[in-house]
Amino acid sequence: MAEERRMSMILFSGDMDKAMAALVLATGAASMGYHVTVFCTFWGLNLIKKSEALAQGGILERMMGFMNRGGTDHMPLSRMNMLGLGPRLLKKMMREKKVATLRDLLDTALELGVEFVACQMSMDVMGVSKEDLAVPCEVGGVATFLNEAGKSRINLFI
Amino acid sequence: MQADKSLDCRGMACPMPIVKLSKAIKEMSAGQVLAVSADDPGFEADVKAWCETTGNLLKSLESEGGIHTAHIQKT
Repeated sequence: MAEERRMSMILFSGDMDKAMAALVLATGAASMGYHVTVFCTFWGLNLIKKSEALAQGGILERMMGFMNRGGTDHMPLSRMNMLGLGPRLLKKMMREKKVATLRDLLDTALELGVEFVACQMSMDVMGVSKEDLAVPCEVGGVATFLNEAGKSRINLFI
Repeated sequence: MQADKSLDCRGMACPMPIVKLSKAIKEMSAGQVLAVSADDPGFEADVKAWCETTGNLLKSLESEGGIHTAHIQKT
């Protein structure tokens, strides 16, 4: 490989289906020799947050933390969520089709060396501390992402 | 076709066959051939694309009864 291949991605969404798409792309790219960076911001932080994480700060942060649980098992669907029935049905359909779960894909991504960056500003707004994150990752801001994006052949916003 | 290593990816869906074959190739040395079988309908197109991007050589790709078998030589 003459030139180093890099792919960077912003995961803004906390929806399960969109996180699936992001992780399929991340693991696929890593398997094709790309160095992959996933910048998790706003709702996208939920993918890398611990499910038991409770937001710190004032009443608003704590309320939000309560309603906005992290972890791969607590993500809603972007369509047809039906108060949580949608993700359950989709998970069952995925099992039947032998599609890897979100958790498996996240573990595979980490194993393949996909780097996750947690957005410092979103963490601050939502009362998420570094201890609340479930995967080893860097915490950074807009310059961290843009520095990476500038070096990447592929940039995605999900 | 002779293979130095074989990999069974039957029952796996995208992206796992590509993830597994990439891991297997990494552990092999240049010139060795990996045989991969998969029943994911997207595998046929994906293995061609994977080889084109990574520069490994797709020596053969056969399909029979919904099972795709690829022989890839590590370059």
